[in-house]
Amino acid sequence: MNILRTALQELIGMFIDDGALALWSILLIGVIAAAVEFAGLPGFAGGIMLLAGCILILAESTYRAARKKSPWTTPE
Amino acid sequence: MTSFTTIVPTMTAAFLGSFVEVVEAFTIILAVGISRSWRPAFIGTGLALLVLAALIVILGPLLGMIPIELLQFVIGTLLILFGMRWLRKAVLRASGFIALHDEAEAFAKETDQLKRQAAERRADFIAGTAAFKAVLLEGIEVVFIVIAVGAGRGMLGYATLGAAIACLLVLIVGLVVHKPLSQVPENTLKFVVGLLLTAFGVFWTGEGLGADWPGADLSLIAILAVLAIFSVVAVRMLRGYHSANIKAVA
Repeated sequence: MNILRTALQELIGMFIDDGALALWSILLIGVIAAAVEFAGLPGFAGGIMLLAGCILILAESTYRAARKKSPWTTPE
Repeated sequence: MTSFTTIVPTMTAAFLGSFVEVVEAFTIILAVGISRSWRPAFIGTGLALLVLAALIVILGPLLGMIPIELLQFVIGTLLILFGMRWLRKAVLRASGFIALHDEAEAFAKETDQLKRQAAERRADFIAGTAAFKAVLLEGIEVVFIVIAVGAGRGMLGYATLGAAIACLLVLIVGLVVHKPLSQVPENTLKFVVGLLLTAFGVFWTGEGLGADWPGADLSLIAILAVLAIFSVVAVRMLRGYHSANIKAVA
């Protein structure tokens, strides 16, 4: 059972490391998908917005992680 | 439609992604084999491969039942999550905020742990379990990478071939050198894999949304280039931030 639990944790961990990064990514994809489906946003524009959004989310996540690990940041 | 511009990134992503995972699994198998004995190492590995084969046999036919646009969207979304996780870690590693992955260190840690457990009655079982876990967990990632980069365009065959070559290569090199493959530039490979998987994720999700990418498959290379430029800039900026912090603290 321990192995199964570890495998399940690892499986989830494959996709979710930084919870905020995963949450923002899913939100971004959901909002763009809804805009394409219901608001008539062209698919190509959706694709470009997706790329730009992913870059922004990644930038925020790495900067936040760097700040947390930085020696002069006061621990929360 | 399969074209050279899709086959090459698909095989490359499957090969590199599988290569780093297999190197990690190989380190544990080697640690079990050398510090305990080869019997539990092989039994653990064999059992894990059987579980992985069962997973493929069960999941494989299901993929064919899902409409291609939905498949691209779902796999693309998972790839974005998976790829961005790799890329985030790679950027933080390259800029010095998290330690570089070191196979020699992982080998020493696993060997040390197995030696401490050697006196236990179930030492063989523990060693076999370690090999089983390593192969299963790294193998699940390999299976996901192969499915994710291959299923979106019906190129599972090419992706599987890329992964199989990676497994074979690690096995041959491992048999020859008989020690952890610490000379492999694993951190650089992980950076490239993170870029490739994220690019595939954006591309497939876009296709699933109905994006008519200009230049069709060539867009994948453009997305990859944009992500690579961002990552290089991010690493440079974070390195500057890192050294400024160290100077300020010193």
